[in-house]
Amino acid sequence: MALLDRAARSLLWQELVSGFALTFRYMFKPSVTLNYPYEKGPLSPRFRGEHALRRYPSGEERCIACKLCEAVCPAQAITIESEPRPDGSRRTTRYDIDMVKCIYCGMCEESCPVDAIVEGPNFEFATETRAELFYNKEKLLANGDRWEREIAANLAADAPYR
Amino acid sequence: MAEVALQTYALNFGPQHPAAHGVLRLVLELDGEVVERADPHIGLLHRGTEKLIEYRPYIQSVGYFDRLDYVSMMCQEHAYVLAIEQLLQLEIPLRAQYIRVLFSELTRIMNHLLNITTMALDIGAMTPLLWGFEEREKLMEFYERVSGARMHANYFRPGGVARDLPAGLVEDILAWTESFPAVLDDIERLLNDNRIFRQRTVEIGKVTAEEALDLGFSGPMIRASGLAWDLRKSQPYEVYERMDFDIPVGKNGDCFDRYLVRMVEMRESLKIIKQSIEQLPTGPVKVQDQKITPPKRGELKRSMEALIHHFKLYTEGFHVPAGEVYAAVEAPKGEFGVYLVADGTNRPYRCKIRAPGFAHLAALDQLSKGHMLPDIPAIIGAMDIVFGEIDR
Repeated sequence: MALLDRAARSLLWQELVSGFALTFRYMFKPSVTLNYPYEKGPLSPRFRGEHALRRYPSGEERCIACKLCEAVCPAQAITIESEPRPDGSRRTTRYDIDMVKCIYCGMCEESCPVDAIVEGPNFEFATETRAELFYNKEKLLANGDRWEREIAANLAADAPYR
Repeated sequence: MAEVALQTYALNFGPQHPAAHGVLRLVLELDGEVVERADPHIGLLHRGTEKLIEYRPYIQSVGYFDRLDYVSMMCQEHAYVLAIEQLLQLEIPLRAQYIRVLFSELTRIMNHLLNITTMALDIGAMTPLLWGFEEREKLMEFYERVSGARMHANYFRPGGVARDLPAGLVEDILAWTESFPAVLDDIERLLNDNRIFRQRTVEIGKVTAEEALDLGFSGPMIRASGLAWDLRKSQPYEVYERMDFDIPVGKNGDCFDRYLVRMVEMRESLKIIKQSIEQLPTGPVKVQDQKITPPKRGELKRSMEALIHHFKLYTEGFHVPAGEVYAAVEAPKGEFGVYLVADGTNRPYRCKIRAPGFAHLAALDQLSKGHMLPDIPAIIGAMDIVFGEIDR
């Protein structure tokens, strides 16, 4: 009987027909794809995207050139040079991140004692040339100014866990 | 007419072949369409990870383990942090152990979804891939919510995990475990009885239990051959001994059984995920020893001592007492081990990585001998080859 059953199922293409029926049913299910540049998936406050250097609300840059991020970077993508400013405060004269080397591990953000370097929510920073991915201090500060609202909101949302 | 001696035909398969799952280069000796010898050439993705790890403080190397087998990230971090913790003789908080188990099992499902669906794709079934990747996307969202990265998480740390689970994540994972079995049912309905899928996998790449042992198999590869060998049961780490789950075992040791074992394993992983969420205790997620784990952000801003610890940890790291240790976890692909030799400094003296895929790929010649050329993608697919870990 089992043999007959199996033969009948095989001859009638039972498993193929049921498979086609199953895939056909998916046509009436709501679509799960996103129309990418116009629709985007959700991002959590912890998302590690493009780097940014932040400023205090007064406009003063946060980074104090402690070089912790430079020391902790596993890919050694960060280069910092510093000098005391005329007003006596210690600030960087050079803050470069080689975004080609960066592995987006988030250690720089984690190690920064003043929340200056952060990995912001931006993931759309593809460039046409390689040279554009060697970020300098200017570019990083500009990123910080551009994304400050989102970055501050994300940091505040994640503060209880840090 | 003079007789012409028949010659085998050497075919170069890969390294850019879409069915080679990465940069596998195979030199195949073919007699017609029958494979006489398969010679895998590896090393095209060699990045010198083991050597790099020797030159980094312990904490900085976690990220490298994500990038070994880039579809089962957290399981490999797990082996590495376990090795460090054994050397430091650390007992990590219970909540961290549960979080690690929870994410190891999510990783297992992520890995098996990729493997099964791409194997089906290589064999000619495209639909499971689309369904499987929809679920994988949800899993990667869980990864992103907990660690900040969709794949290269850098989340498990010596002494615990980087940060606690964000509010609402556990509920969402639980809701997902309710909806996920329906997808598995659909995939099984498409593949299990499908005559094309069966013709391509049943009795292909057969390995008996003894051969599997001789070849150094582990994970689903050895379980498909009938041996119930699973490190989560045989030498439970973290809280696996508290979990109630079964080890699926195959019968014939062919590609079809490997597929089945992985399907059932995903359902078993779901069980573990549910249990670990039910039992998830409250409390800290990393050891409160500031020599090993960084202080809280709030303390850092107020306490000088915390600041000193923070600076010390992120520049010099911690020193690990001299000694050697082998820590292994049941990664989705098999036994993933880290052999760590510490010399008392802040960097490992040597870190040997035992990748399950390496032993599996080494057996390709034996598995594919006498099979047809189109069976090679099926065998490679069922082996679950990822080059990140094989080439290291």
